[in-house]
Amino acid sequence: MAKGMFTESALERMEKEYRDWLEEYNGALKKMPERLQRFSTVSDLEIKPLYTPLDIKDKDFSEEIGFPGMYPFTRGVQSTMYRARLWTMRMFAGLGTAEDTNKRFHYLIEHGETGLSTAFDFPTLMGYDTDSPLARGECGKCGVAIDTIDDMQRLFARINLEDVTTSMTINPPASIIWAMYIANAENEGFNRKKLGGTIQNDCLKEFIAQKTLMLPPEPSLRLVVDTVEYGTREVPRWNTISISGYHIREAGSTAVQELAFTVYDGITYVEESIKRGLDVDDFAGRLSFFWNSHIDFFEEIAKMRAGRRMWARIMKDRFKAKNPRSMLMRFHTQTAGCSLTAQEPYNNIIRTTTEALAAILGGTQSLHTNSLDEVYMIPSEEAVLIALRTQQILAEEVGVTHVIDPLAGSYFVEALTDKMEEEAMAYIHKLDEMGGMVAAIERDYPQMEIADAAFHFQEQVDKGEKVIIGVNKFPSGKPDLEFVLKIDDEIERMQVERTNRFKEERDKDRFARAMDELRRRCEGPPCWENNVMPALIDAVRAGATEQECCDLYREVFGTYTDPGTF
Amino acid sequence: MEQERKLRILIAKPGLDGHDRGARVIARAFRDAGFEVIYTGCHQTPEQIVSTAIQEDVDMIGLSILSGAHTYSFPRVIELLKMNQAEDITVIGGGIFPLEDIPRLKETGIKEIFEPGAKLHDITTWVKENVKPRKAITG
Repeated sequence: MAKGMFTESALERMEKEYRDWLEEYNGALKKMPERLQRFSTVSDLEIKPLYTPLDIKDKDFSEEIGFPGMYPFTRGVQSTMYRARLWTMRMFAGLGTAEDTNKRFHYLIEHGETGLSTAFDFPTLMGYDTDSPLARGECGKCGVAIDTIDDMQRLFARINLEDVTTSMTINPPASIIWAMYIANAENEGFNRKKLGGTIQNDCLKEFIAQKTLMLPPEPSLRLVVDTVEYGTREVPRWNTISISGYHIREAGSTAVQELAFTVYDGITYVEESIKRGLDVDDFAGRLSFFWNSHIDFFEEIAKMRAGRRMWARIMKDRFKAKNPRSMLMRFHTQTAGCSLTAQEPYNNIIRTTTEALAAILGGTQSLHTNSLDEVYMIPSEEAVLIALRTQQILAEEVGVTHVIDPLAGSYFVEALTDKMEEEAMAYIHKLDEMGGMVAAIERDYPQMEIADAAFHFQEQVDKGEKVIIGVNKFPSGKPDLEFVLKIDDEIERMQVERTNRFKEERDKDRFARAMDELRRRCEGPPCWENNVMPALIDAVRAGATEQECCDLYREVFGTYTDPGTF
Repeated sequence: MEQERKLRILIAKPGLDGHDRGARVIARAFRDAGFEVIYTGCHQTPEQIVSTAIQEDVDMIGLSILSGAHTYSFPRVIELLKMNQAEDITVIGGGIFPLEDIPRLKETGIKEIFEPGAKLHDITTWVKENVKPRKAITG
């Protein structure tokens, strides 16, 4: 008897009918051949012309598809999904000064955004204050400059931090920025136990793809585990890591590589946290994920469905998690920045809409939709509003939120979901054999896999095998947008002055004592007594700047520079 | 007759952004085109870039940036090359630039700017046609 959803006699009949159809198809192609030599996804995964029950004939419904909110969570992490609560509309925002960004936050909230997401400028991301010589020309350009707890106060002024959840895209300095957030929230009268949000805090994908590099892998992991440990005890509603595929994909990976490397990063964080002595069911429920929703519609949906099933199985089988919450792959999604084009930028609205729809059908918990001008710069108000409206229209007008996981049972989507999981698991076994992600990074393995895929894609684009409308097909040469946002170079001088004044006015003894304690903890063996978080909260309250804490990290733990391989 | 030596190219990423996809793709394309390629990796200051270019005796520097800090770093590279009597090193750029910045960058001495959508073959052809090995430094 067949173990799948179809009887043996039904399958036999289908096989015969499939052969008949294939004969017809091949006959018809003799008169008019296929449009392309090869049909493949944007990741170059070959796609057949037709999928039937034969492609999923062994599928066990309960074991592999199942019900939303139930193991293996292929169909979604909640039983109700968007029937009860829509995803969080969370637009990544950060520009110029803290005041400028605060104004943007309020603008987005007024227009119906339901969660905050903070983009920091490059010096902040890299652990430098605005007055660093390395920060020249960068202040406020790609995000907001945050040097001190006073900047943090200005950033979140007049926002109820117990009501809204805040995501902060920050990696090597995540512990410090989070300490500033917690300290500021408490100064403003909020309870840390009620603070909700996410720090990206995913150091491994920095080595692999995003290249916000500061410390070597081992101490980077130690700091990540410090935040996991602290969050578990003190900030229970906080997602302490956003295990991110987004940047891996932007760096040019395939969908399978994004899935595999990200899940493996997740495995590494779980292993490291268990090594610290934490119980998997105490912390795993606060791990979250972050996917890229690229231009290939079905591939993305399949990736997200496969990701949920893989993570559930890994948490249950590999880590023996017992609490179903530990098995949930909850995730944020951002539409693919790298799919946008500088040419004919209005077309980007269409790309983003399609990608957002894929994220919704993939069951995302939270979504950022790129603005049409985001290919150049931080979005203008005009463009960001269109991007937010895109989500709202998809949520409330087009009806795709009425039914949970409406593509389940599609022969193609289920087969593609299986393919994603199978190929990603092959990478996971390979990484296991290599001795884990840190060893693989040291061998340049994920980095070079991604570089190969990126180069292959560019060659396909150059040859016209992959089409980008307005770029390599139907190029019009129309000039770009008129309303590109400009960040005034003057704000750099203003921010430097402000940070310098802040440093002059602080209590020098209190600051020195706080930094001594932070150093003592960094130099000590990793454990709760040496967890950096309480010391960081004291230090930023005592006036430590972001860079001063990072400089201490760099001094104690050493630095890591990009090996520059290609 | 002495064979003309291979062009030596430095691909460099000034500034703090880590968007190295373009830099790594073009580095490969130049290598495949038969040039000798050195890539700095991310997060280089203009000072580091110029110092590497001189040490490695390159004929061209390709700067890749997507952070918006090109208005500072590109002219600074040109200025430092002049200060080191190395202004005969050709400098080109790639990445994301607001349209009005491009003529200004070229005025400072950036020979060519390649925008998104430029084909790898077109870029390598441009280099073959426009960049010649520098005169050997004697003594």
